[in-house]
Amino acid sequence: MINVDVAIVGGGPAGLAAAIECRNSGCENILILERDKILGGILNQCIHAGFGLSFYKEELTGPEFAQRQINELKGTGIKVMTDTMVLSVSQEKVITACSVEGLVEIQAKAIILAMGCRERTRGMLRISGTRPSGIYTAGTAQRLVNVEGYMPGKEVVILGSGDIGLIMARRMTLEGAHVQGVYEIMPKSNGLKRNIVQCLDDFGIPLHLNTTAIEIHGKERVIGVTVARVNQNLQPIEGTEEFIPCDTVLLSVGLIPENELSLGCGIVMDPKTRGPKDYGAFATSVPGIFACGNAHHVYDLVDNVAKDAIKVGRTASEFVRGEVSE
Amino acid sequence: METSKVICVVCPNGCEISVDHEIQDNELKVLNITGNKCERGEKYAESEIICPVRTLTSTVAIADGMFPRLPVKSAEPIPKASMMEAMKEIRKKKVTAPVFMGDVIISNVAGTGIDIIAEKNG
Amino acid sequence: MSDLYDAIIIGCGVTGAWTAYELSRYRLKIAIVEKENDIGCGTTKANSAIVHAGYDPEPGTLKASFNVRGNELIRGRAKRMAIPFNQCGSYVIAFDTEGMNSIIQLYNRGIQNGVPDMKLLTAEEVHKAEPNLSDDVCGALLAGSAGIISPFELCCAPTEVAVRYGADLLRNFEVVSMVPDEEKVTVTAKDGRVISGKRIINAAGLYADDMAKMLGDTSFKITPKRGEYSILDSNVYGIVDHVIFQPPTKAGKGILVSPTVDGNILVGPTSDPIDFKDDLATTDDGQKRAFDGARKSVPSISERDVITSFSGNRSVGDQGGDFICSISSSEPKLINLAGIESPGLTSAPAIAEYAAGLLRQSGIEMVKRESFDDTRTVVRFKELDDFNKHEIIQNNPSYGRIICRCETITEGEIIDAIRRPAGALDMDGVKRRVRAGMGRCQGGFCGPRVMEILSRELGIPMTQVTKFGKRSYMVIGREEL
Repeated sequence: MINVDVAIVGGGPAGLAAAIECRNSGCENILILERDKILGGILNQCIHAGFGLSFYKEELTGPEFAQRQINELKGTGIKVMTDTMVLSVSQEKVITACSVEGLVEIQAKAIILAMGCRERTRGMLRISGTRPSGIYTAGTAQRLVNVEGYMPGKEVVILGSGDIGLIMARRMTLEGAHVQGVYEIMPKSNGLKRNIVQCLDDFGIPLHLNTTAIEIHGKERVIGVTVARVNQNLQPIEGTEEFIPCDTVLLSVGLIPENELSLGCGIVMDPKTRGPKDYGAFATSVPGIFACGNAHHVYDLVDNVAKDAIKVGRTASEFVRGEVSE
Repeated sequence: METSKVICVVCPNGCEISVDHEIQDNELKVLNITGNKCERGEKYAESEIICPVRTLTSTVAIADGMFPRLPVKSAEPIPKASMMEAMKEIRKKKVTAPVFMGDVIISNVAGTGIDIIAEKNG
Repeated sequence: MSDLYDAIIIGCGVTGAWTAYELSRYRLKIAIVEKENDIGCGTTKANSAIVHAGYDPEPGTLKASFNVRGNELIRGRAKRMAIPFNQCGSYVIAFDTEGMNSIIQLYNRGIQNGVPDMKLLTAEEVHKAEPNLSDDVCGALLAGSAGIISPFELCCAPTEVAVRYGADLLRNFEVVSMVPDEEKVTVTAKDGRVISGKRIINAAGLYADDMAKMLGDTSFKITPKRGEYSILDSNVYGIVDHVIFQPPTKAGKGILVSPTVDGNILVGPTSDPIDFKDDLATTDDGQKRAFDGARKSVPSISERDVITSFSGNRSVGDQGGDFICSISSSEPKLINLAGIESPGLTSAPAIAEYAAGLLRQSGIEMVKRESFDDTRTVVRFKELDDFNKHEIIQNNPSYGRIICRCETITEGEIIDAIRRPAGALDMDGVKRRVRAGMGRCQGGFCGPRVMEILSRELGIPMTQVTKFGKRSYMVIGREEL
């Protein structure tokens, strides 16, 4: 059993910012548990610029933002376990984690949950049709292209106009693929305006609003998507169907906080944010367990994730010092 | 005089900026900029009319790294018109670890005078 | 001829797999040919995943006897063969007098068929056991021997046993012609491979009539009937604890709501005749009907919790509704196991026993092996206690590397799934064997990692890794652009 003051589950931007703040506010014995082989979380695959303007007062790319945070860890004595997956968190604040070394138990005085989020998938959208290969969430495609170095395909349709989808439209185009268009069911894109300008307009990629995919085609690999315009109730309008040939479909239809561990621990969830219910200052229903970053609720900007995570780090250290009574 | 609308990409606000411009002595001149909330917006809007530029980000192959690709970016925004040319050079580039954030990976990419640098240690 | 098989089984779905298993008790040379890149890819993988008790089929039919026998065999073998099975029991609920009459009829039929552990429940008993059922439920038939199972594992386990005993599993072997002569049948695949066997056991599911026709047997026809399903998130697991059937009507068994062995909830199936055997598309209309039907039983069921949908096609025969299990009357070297619709999954082990009998009856000499061991061990990391988790990682560190976060699947389990006899060759194969990518993220996080492991273990480049064989490639190289 390892004893720590604060254990942080997740070494992405939220976990790192929280950990550093715990140290700055006086905690000594801090441990970050990261399931990937490096720190930085999802920032590692977000190679585009646009991060850090408000947090670091400078425009950075995702990896640069992460590298800065990682550099800030140096000399703080904060312990890091990478390649380590947390299997469970108990109400008594015991963490069971797993790595190639075996299982390890960690007793913490406070725990900060910073597991991030996951993407909504095709299944959740319930698009009809076949189940061929070539359908990816935008984030998975981003990992394949930016980290692994493979292309999902050549002829791309993007469903949903979330920011990752817009960014992948540009990324795929720069790498030589052809993006047919971005199809958004709502009358307005939910991506940032600047992403529409510099990811779509710059490359002449059309954004089709009020349009949704009604069927996916292809037995082995995707061969196309049927799209249709929708009415005010988001129902497809008959007669507006159009077949768009493609070999790749990227989905960018929203994110959901990742909370397997919170659920397993019996933490009360908020059905609206789908993160842990906030009992004030990012506290969860279990005293001494806090949530931050996209695990708490889905953020638009990493800068805000980091800013809020600092507050969480501070509250967690106060809790450890007993300044907050249970 | 002509007026162009520009959506600023500098920050997430996405300000809609109006730029008045006209041709004087065969040269495009910006006369007036309105709608921006900050100075960076003004600079952006002006360059967007005269010579639009963008920060280019991509990856290069890296041997012996933690992952097969190393993220890279242009040290400064490069002319939009040079992006595809720059991508051709980036796509051919291979490096070997170790590489550190800020290291120059390609100098003077596509003749723009701007370097492609590493976004992180690899 | 040394490479002459005693029997060639066409199709490695549950029927073919259990037949191969049953024949492995004997000193026989067996081949199983499968047209897909993996076993169990047809009707086997996409159905209600239920081990039926056996009160549905008409007494005296093959269906009735195979169902009850199959149920007994599965209950006896599941644990030893590491097939996830939960004998949770099933309810057929009634909403009105007509429904009550029909469940009483089922009860009586069950008695005739020899179904154990049945009980008629009052409304009060039903609501106490299943509080989320509709208030309109006025009674139910409980069948204690019914359960839920992993259909793929029910196919995978016997295939592994057969392969361990020397059966040749030939995948991507799409039979295009069969030519009989005096002593054997020569079978040719689309890719040109040729094998021959003394007997052909036709377990080709939806395509069984096409296979029989190649040998001149046109005595039956298979028509596909589509059933659409949805899988709900594990957070609604527990909404029902039993398999919940509605009373059968002229239109069929109706929509069921059932827990799955993987900790989800299954809703479906619809039942729609379709034109093409390989049409596996899901439809808006079908999904809607499935949910409308399910809400009749469990009003709080919601589309909001869907994590994925699928459809499966049943092989419906045209011989009075019973299974077609017999030596062909036109070609004595052909044994048909066809028209295996519901309760085919449950019946498979019993059909296989019967098939072994037919093979002997057809004149093949069958000598039993001295011993036959069908035990199978599969590491399921998530199900181990902490002590054993630690132990197994100490012995093999790859069990310490979690690849699928949603389902806690380790690299070790994925490697096992690839290296086992009849192992996975593609993404879906891994997914079906270990559930990586079956959870909420549907492979979003683990997909790229699983691709890497497949590429490494199979010694193929990433660009040749497929979702399910053939042209279902996952990625292309940068140089292709």
